[in-house]
Parts: sequence; C-alpha cells; structure tokens
Amino acid sequence: MSEIQYQAAKTVKEAVKMMQAAKGKGYILAGGTDLLVQMKSGARNPGVIIDVKKIPEMVSVTEKKGAFTIGAATPAAVMGEHKKLRKAWPGVVEACNLIGSTQVQGRASAGGNLCNASPAADSVPALVAAGCIVNIAGPKGKRSVPVEKFNTGPGRTSLKPGEIVVSLTLPARPKKSSDAYLRLIPRTEMDIAVVGVGVSLTMKGDTVADARVGLGAVAPTVLLVDKAAKALVGSKLDDAALAAAANACSAACRPIDDKRGTIKYRTKIAGVLLKRAALIARDRINGIEHRGHRPV
Amino acid sequence: MSQAHRPNMEGKYKWIGTRPDRPDGADKVTGRARFGADFNLPGQLIGKVLRSPHAHAVIKSIDASKALALNGVKAVITAQDFPDQANLIVPTGEMQVNMRDITRNIMAREKALYEGHPVAAVAAVSEAIAKQALALIKVDYKVMPHVIDVADAMKPNAPILHDHLLTEGANPPATKPSNIAKRIEFKKGDAKAGFAQAEVVIEKDYTTQAVHQGYIEPHATLASAAEDGQIQVWSTTQGHFQVRGFCARLLGIETSQIRVTPTEIGGGFGGKTVVYLEPLAMRLSQKSGKPVKMTMAREDVFRASGPAPGGNVKVKIGATRDGKIVAAECIVEMQAGAFPGSPVGPACMCSFACYDIENIYIEGFDVVSNRPKVAAYRAPGAPISAWAVESTMDILAQRLKMDPIDLRLKNAAKAGTKTAYGVTFNTIGMVETLQAVKDSEHYKSPVKPGWGRGVAAGFWFNIGADSSAASHVGEDGSVTVISGNPDIGGSRASLALMAAEELGVDYNRVRPIIADTASIGFNFVTGGSRVTFATGLAVVNSVRDMIRELKVRAAKIWKIDPEAVIWEGGMAKPAGNQVGSFEPLSLADIAAQAGRTGGPINGHAQLNVTGAGPGFGVHCVDLKVDEDTGCVTVGRYTAAQDVGTAIHPSYVEGQLQGGAVQGVGWALNEEYIYNAKGRLDNPGFLDYRMPVASDLPKIETILVEVPNPQHPYGVRGVGEVPIVPPLAAVGNAVARATGVRMTDLPLSPPRLSEALDAARPRRMAAE
Amino acid sequence: MAKIHVNTTINGAPTEFLCDANQTLLDVLRDNLGLTGSKEGCGSGDCGACSVMVDGRLVCSCLVLAPEAAGAKIETIEGMADGDKLHPLQKKFVEMAALQCGICTPGFLIAAKALLEKHANPTEEEVRYWLAGNLCRCTGYDKIVTAVLDVAAEMRESAR
Repeated sequence: MSEIQYQAAKTVKEAVKMMQAAKGKGYILAGGTDLLVQMKSGARNPGVIIDVKKIPEMVSVTEKKGAFTIGAATPAAVMGEHKKLRKAWPGVVEACNLIGSTQVQGRASAGGNLCNASPAADSVPALVAAGCIVNIAGPKGKRSVPVEKFNTGPGRTSLKPGEIVVSLTLPARPKKSSDAYLRLIPRTEMDIAVVGVGVSLTMKGDTVADARVGLGAVAPTVLLVDKAAKALVGSKLDDAALAAAANACSAACRPIDDKRGTIKYRTKIAGVLLKRAALIARDRINGIEHRGHRPV
Repeated sequence: MSQAHRPNMEGKYKWIGTRPDRPDGADKVTGRARFGADFNLPGQLIGKVLRSPHAHAVIKSIDASKALALNGVKAVITAQDFPDQANLIVPTGEMQVNMRDITRNIMAREKALYEGHPVAAVAAVSEAIAKQALALIKVDYKVMPHVIDVADAMKPNAPILHDHLLTEGANPPATKPSNIAKRIEFKKGDAKAGFAQAEVVIEKDYTTQAVHQGYIEPHATLASAAEDGQIQVWSTTQGHFQVRGFCARLLGIETSQIRVTPTEIGGGFGGKTVVYLEPLAMRLSQKSGKPVKMTMAREDVFRASGPAPGGNVKVKIGATRDGKIVAAECIVEMQAGAFPGSPVGPACMCSFACYDIENIYIEGFDVVSNRPKVAAYRAPGAPISAWAVESTMDILAQRLKMDPIDLRLKNAAKAGTKTAYGVTFNTIGMVETLQAVKDSEHYKSPVKPGWGRGVAAGFWFNIGADSSAASHVGEDGSVTVISGNPDIGGSRASLALMAAEELGVDYNRVRPIIADTASIGFNFVTGGSRVTFATGLAVVNSVRDMIRELKVRAAKIWKIDPEAVIWEGGMAKPAGNQVGSFEPLSLADIAAQAGRTGGPINGHAQLNVTGAGPGFGVHCVDLKVDEDTGCVTVGRYTAAQDVGTAIHPSYVEGQLQGGAVQGVGWALNEEYIYNAKGRLDNPGFLDYRMPVASDLPKIETILVEVPNPQHPYGVRGVGEVPIVPPLAAVGNAVARATGVRMTDLPLSPPRLSEALDAARPRRMAAE
Repeated sequence: MAKIHVNTTINGAPTEFLCDANQTLLDVLRDNLGLTGSKEGCGSGDCGACSVMVDGRLVCSCLVLAPEAAGAKIETIEGMADGDKLHPLQKKFVEMAALQCGICTPGFLIAAKALLEKHANPTEEEVRYWLAGNLCRCTGYDKIVTAVLDVAAEMRESAR
C-alpha cells in the first residue's frame, strides 16, 4: 500500500501551504520528467507530491514592457510555441527545447530543469547568460534571486523549507541583442549535455557592447564566466577575442571524468562551443536565423 | 531509395517477390497484438528477482524467512529450488551452453558472479509487496576481488571465477584453474611460409567493447502451474521449444508437461534464445499454486541479460604488390561473461571467410570475467573479427594504392573456395555483391570535400536445423499454414507467400499462424537467419504434401488414377486430354467434398536441413568528422547483400537496414561502462547510446539475388550478415576523412577528438 | 492510504479508475484498464514506446502520474483507428513495412500523428528530430521516416 500522497494546488499560496505541511517530504510536480525517474530509481522518496500545473501563473508566459515572465512549470514545448519569446530570447528557448525528446518537451519545464539542479541542465547556461531572475514564494513571502546564485551544488538549490519557484523573469534589454545556446552530445538527440554554453550579446554596430556567458556541465553548478564576457566586450568577435573568451571558459572549467566525457575533453569543448555560440548570437542580431532541427 | 536487383527473377513468380501486407499488420498498428508483458491471468501473482549488488562474491547464506512472512508474499525461491545439473552442452541458436552453467546463471548457487546475478525471487499479490519482500531477504555475501577486462582476466594472478575451469585446448594441457575456458585453432596451408612470400605485411591490434542487442521489449513471462503437474507458459522468446527444453531440465520435469506459447516478440536479435525469467516464474507458480507474471526492468536487462562480448583482436595480412593476399592471421580474445561460451568460434571462422586465401592461421580464446553471461547477438562474434580484418584490408588497400573494392574483388571467395574452417563454398554471391557496390550510384558519386568514404565486407554462415510445419484446407478452400517459429521480422508474410506460390492461390487466402509447443512438432529457434530458409522449406513441403492429397481427392471425384492429375494455377487438372475432359477443380471444390473423398485434407512436413547458404554483405558509408568535437555525421549509407531470393523484398530490405544501423551504433557510441566496483555505470537507454532517428540518413539497400540451389525458391538466410560490415565501414570512412586510423571501438566523440588532437602535428606536417 | 478516484476521458470515452499516488499513467492504462497497446520499454522516458497524447500534447505516459489524468483528455493507440477504419499512418506503416517486431510501433504512430497534426509539411530532417524520442532497434528508421513523409504528402494532397 502506498504511503505517498498526491495533491494538486490551485494557487501559489496553496502550494506553499502544502509544502510547509509536508514538513520536508514535499516535492513539487511540474512536468515530472525528472521526479518520476528519480522516484522509480529510489533516488527521491516523496511523502507528498504537490502538482502545480493547475496554477495559471505557473504554466503561462507573460510579457510586460519587454520583460518576459515564464511560469516555472510551463512546458518547454509551450515556450517554443511562443513567437515573441522565441524572437527575443532564441537561445533560452532553444536551450529549453533541447531538454529530452519531443515527448519530454511536452512536459519538462525550465523551472523544473533549474530546480533539479543537474550540473548539465540544458536550460541553465542560457538562463545564466540571459541574466534571468528566479521568483520564489515561501512561508515568509516572496523573494527573487539571480539565477546564477540559485543552485548550490549537484541536486541542491538555495530554496528554504516551504519555498517554491513560481516563475523566471528574463529582463527587458536593448535592441540589437540576442542569445544562443549550444551543447555537445555524442548523438544528435536524447543525450545529457557533455558541455553546455549559453551566450547573450548586445551589439553596437559590429562591436560587442555587452555580453554574458553561462557554462554548464563542467562544474558542480552552472558558471557565470565573467572573464569570457569581458574578453568579448569591446571586440568585433575577431579570432583573438574569441580565442581569449574560449580560453577563459576552458580555464573556468572544473569538470569530472565520467561516462559522458573526460576532463580533458570537456575543457576543450567549453572553448569550442563558446566561439560557435557567440557567432550564432551575433548572426541572430544581424538577422541571420539559426533554426533548430525541430519544426516550429 | 532501394534497388532490388532481379536478374533472373522478372516474371518468374506470381507471389514471391511481391510486397503484400503482413498478416499481423492490423494487430500491430492498433495495439491489439499482445507481447510478453501484455498477458494476464486472473489471480496472478507478480514475481520479482533479488540480484547481487556485487560483481564477485561467495554466497554464504540466504535467509528469506522475513520475506516469506510478509503479508501478501506467496512464495520465495533460491537455487535450492532447482536441481543441480550435470555438465551437458546443448545448442541454443548458434551458440552452445552448458546446463551446469545455465542453472547457475538463472539463479546463483555457490557464488554471485556479476552485478545483477539473480540470488532469489519472490511472488506476491502486488508489485509493491514483491519489492518490499526483496528488501527483507538477507543475503550473507563474502565479497571477492573481481575482474572485468579480458586482458586482465587472462593474467596469471587474476581473480579466478571457477575453481574447476581448466583451459580446454591449451597447449601444453592446462593443470591450473584459469579464466581462459577454451583455446581454439583453425589452420589452412602454412601461414608462416605464406608471410615469408609477402611483399607487404600489415599487422595491427584492435579492441571492441561489450554491446547489448538493445531490443525495446524487456524480457517477460507468465507461468501457470496446475495441480496435476502441467505448466502453461507465455513467454516473449525467439524459441518456445527452447524454453520448454531448458525449463524441463532446469525444473526436472518432462517436456510434455510444459506447454509454451510464444507471445509476439519485441525484438530479440539473439538475446531471447536463452531463458532468464521462465524457470523462475514456473517454480514460483508451482510453489504458490497461482499464475506468476514476471517482467525485467530495463536496468536489469542491461545488468543481467546476455550482451554481445567485447574482444581483443590481432590481425596480420600479407600480400604481394599486385594485391594478392598470400597469408592471413587472426588472434581473438573474447569475453564470455561469467560462464564459458563466447562466440569465439564463429568469430574465428568468419574472420577471413570473404576471401580466397591459401595460408591462414586463426587462434581464439574464450575468457570468463565478472560480467553477465554473453548471449547471441546477430551473427555472434563475426562483427568483432570483421572490425579488425576489414580495417586491416583498408590499410592494405591504402598501402597498395588500390581501390578498396578492387582489392576485395581480387581476393574474393567464390564457388570452390575452401575456408579456414574446412567448408568449401558452393554457389555464393561475394563477387556479385562487391560488383553491385562498385556499380552503385553511391560509389560512383564523388566524395564530398571534407568527407570520407569507407567500404567493408562481411560474412555469415546461416543455419538450417529443425522445423516442423503443417497445413490444412478449410471447407471454403482457404488455407491455414502452421509453423513454430516466433515472428521477429515479418516471417509470417514470407511463409504465406511461399505457400501461396506453391499452391497457386491468392496470398490473402493463406493464413499463417505460429503454434505453441504442444500444437506443432519441434522447431529450432528463430535465429541463425534460418526461418525463411528452413521453416520456409518445411512449409513448402507441408503444402506439397497437401497438394499430393488434393490430387488424390480430385482423382477420386473424377474416378481416374491420381497419377493422371496435375496441380496448376491453384487447381487440380487432368494431365492431358487423353485422360478425359474434366472441369478443373479449385481448392474450394475439393474441400467441399472432403468428407466424401476421405476426410480432412492436411499436409505435414518435418525436417532437419543444412545447405542454408552463407551470405555476404558489402557496405559503403560517407561520413564527416567535426575536427574540433570528434562528432561523426553519417551522410550516406548503402548496404548490399546477396540475399538468395527476396521472398518479401520489403522485409529483406528491413533486415539490411536494421542490421546496418545496429552496426553503426556499435561503431560510434554503444558500449558497456563498468566502474571500479564492477558495477555497470550505464544500464539504461540514456547512457547506453543506441542510434536515434536523427542520427542517420536513409539506408539504401541493394538486394543481389544469387539463388541458393539448396532451396526450392532459392532462399538464403539474410538476417545476420547486415551487422557484420558496418563497424569497419564506419572506421574506414573515419580513417579516410581524417587520416587517423582508429583501432578501438566505439568511436565516441571524446575518443575521436583525442586521437585527432594527438595526430594533429603529424597531419599538419603532411599537408 | 486510500486509493485516488480519477475521472478522465480516454479515446473519447468517459473512464474512471482507482490508483495510488505514485502509479504512472502507463501503469494504469496497462494494468487497470487493459489498454496494453502502450508499451513499457524503459520506464524512464528514454524510448517513447509508451507515447500517448494528454490534452493534445505528445508525452511519455511513464512520466505522467495517474492522478494527473483527472479531467484530462487522453488519447492512446487504441483510439487511433476510426472504428474499423485504420488511420492513414497505420495503413501506410503496414504497406511500407515500417515495422518489423512492432513493439515500438504504437509509440511511433502516436508521435507521428502528433507531428502531422501540427505540421503538415515537415522535411525529412524535421521528421527525424521529432521522432528522436522513439527508439526502434529493428528497422533502422528508414521505412518509418518514408511512411511518415508519404502520409504527410497524401494528407496535404487530400486537404486541397
């Protein structure tokens, strides 16, 4: 006989109350594409499963004055179908659209991906590059945190007891901005990223005015690589600037050897992907599309 | 795009060579077809297996008392519930197993020999309770040092798995226990003298890793034991007679007490020619008095069911400057898993079978280590030696500046070629298949800049063995054809096509069914590429038997001599005008009068055949390698093969395409990864990386039809050859694209990247 | 813990069942409702053999909890044919031999149907990437992709 309970919250307040009442045994169910796998393997043993998909603000995308707020449980497929979001943040959207298969896309969410806190999560490097803000609700009220500060280690977040992530905000930004996310996987689909790089750029003419770089799967949490960004800013994305940024990424790596990649390989690829992602972001600013392989 | 080459076939047959709908099609596309886990019986219990977490451990004791006491648990079994077995070698498909090892593989006795090795099993009223019960079983293990790699297992100070195992075929004879179970040798001519004649000698060492057959359907079975000793079993298996035979021995009961029904099977590729859950479910059902259903979780399929072995292969080929190979040598060290019995024999036998070589020496070693016992995987052993031999052939072609197909044509095996294992080929299609690739649009097209093209050949024997078949006519003249081989690739359609052709009736009036072990005579497994050949022959013979009877009935109706009746166009006709003028009788006409003319009209046949006809394949692949990441993009792939006669061309094409893609996966990303504790690190589809749809282009096929003279319709086995060439085809393409020769599989991006980086100074200097 | 009572719609028919909180939709379809057309190949969302539609979305039913089906519209392979009339994809798969053992076929059909309902004119590459979450070990994907592209073309033709 199962001891596990299932509850569906209708509001954020209700969800927070349920989390509190669960006294540490509560798990938020967004898409379930991580949680159910972990329950099956025994890695996680919820006492109470709290389904948040019936809370409208947690499954929708809204735009206000150029800033986008994405409900934490919004399926990646829904993000991919949002034309305005895709236009403003093609890198964030393509990163989220790379999580798993089409089937997984129908359920997996950026919020879930972030809270699962795998060092190799696909959405996070792009969110970091985007300067995403994480909006949290808890027993003590609301708070917000920059995404690069949200995760504290593999599988660990900075959420306090009873807190849940409600939404992710991508800030409004100047024209001539775009972003890109690239990952290295052995096949063409269905793999966990061996390295993931998110780059967000603002250009002024052919010079980089602003840049942010997120680097994933090469450290216990996703890294915000300031040195790489600095190497790009003020440059025309020439070979020297790209090489410097690539080296900064390689230098920032603290990867492990595992069944997906070696330290040596990951360190090298971090640099390779940085160069490619930066150029894609610039292309997009110049109106050259880089579409993914899935039909949109 | 596929091109069927049909030089002699045009207009020859009415049904054979056409592409009708398969008889199980509607069921399979609607979800109606029932596979192993789709069967349920009222009151059934759920069985679950407790598996060793240790790669190597002595089992000191098992205390299942708490599990048995748990409410809802109805039975618990361990090795004590099975009689010990004597040393007895039995065939299973194209491999052989020892019953003494099998009883230990299905349930550990003295030792747990691999992570995942079953040590106990329970049956309970629900899956949840069964899982709880497993947690309550106390096993006292004494963990021992373990060994995973073949090379390590062969070292003199390696942990020994079996104290009684002395190397069979050792020279001088073995006296100390070893992990080397067997040493074998094949000789032709004088290899040493041959190498002395050679003007060019290529010598290289290669390795491959263990890979899994990767069938999407996990093992599943349902067993129901009755109070009078009879047991019914439903199992997803490639050989239900095999299941019956194994389980009869394992449980110590008579085969006639066991009735096995094969369910539809969701892939096997050789991996379902052995038993894992069936004997456990049967014993649990006997003990509990209830039906017991068991399925394997995907993780356990990887941990505990037999993969294909990895191996180390050393190859040496010597040739004269004109490209004639004068000597060849191959040494194979192959993983058997926890018990002896790797396919090192076939690996050795196939290694040079594509070529006519005077002087050959082959040596093979069967080596145990703490990994799951290997099982057959599509041409067992052959892809591994072919990886090494065909890569070496490519190096030779480059060295001699010869086109790789021309080099192979110059040395191709033909009718009259004697192999190293002693067989002389009859009519074969190696030359025709090489030529077909050479003439193909793919091969004639230029290689795109930055891309590489690889070519490789492959061989498989194909087997015949035992089949039984029956056929009967319904009152309305429609026909049922009964055989006993689970249909893993569309064979029911091919059997119906052959029966329709033979009878001269519409394919859609012939219903093929697969009978259980009680309802038809013995049939060897679906494997060895044998079903269309051997079972097809049995079906043809049973139909011919029926036609004989139909002619006798027509003769009775016409009151003439049966010798004066012919069967033509689906009708009985008088042999000539002089016999008398009678209107032809259709099957329906004769069937309507069956009772009056002698009773039901049935046909039977049973046979054990040889002469399956070996198969040859030649594959060609264009790919490119991302220099920075080591990622491979496969751009174009062509698989050519001599297929005898393509009874149903679509399903023959399917065999070529499926086998080629399995080979591509084997070459690029599939491997078993063990950690330092001897535990499998990647027991799931996430990190055991099989090809997905976006990894591949179309697989073009060229069916070269060189009919097999030993079959009425020229059938040759086709299913296994396609997995043999792809490994080296990919490796050769990588070599030509990058200038770097890889010798160790898989060619995953980190490995390729490292090799490319290491070669960069040399490659830049060469430019 | 008492079982959860769920009211849902499966293939257009109002359906109710009792389940535990941690049972998956796949478990319930197969074990409680006798709808064994959806298959378990891995239980972890890596093979697509359990593909169903939930509220018009293609998902792996092994990654959906059974209680989530409450109030939802579920479509499985058993609902794909219209009475005894096969869906064009089902027909084409049989015609083109786009199946060998058939275990992955229900998942592919559901996924392909979802693709063509959303995108009438996919390229070969788009078809392959959309179907990347459906594993097939028998066919090498070739005839499956051909069948889907053929049906897409036929559906566009008949829509004119």
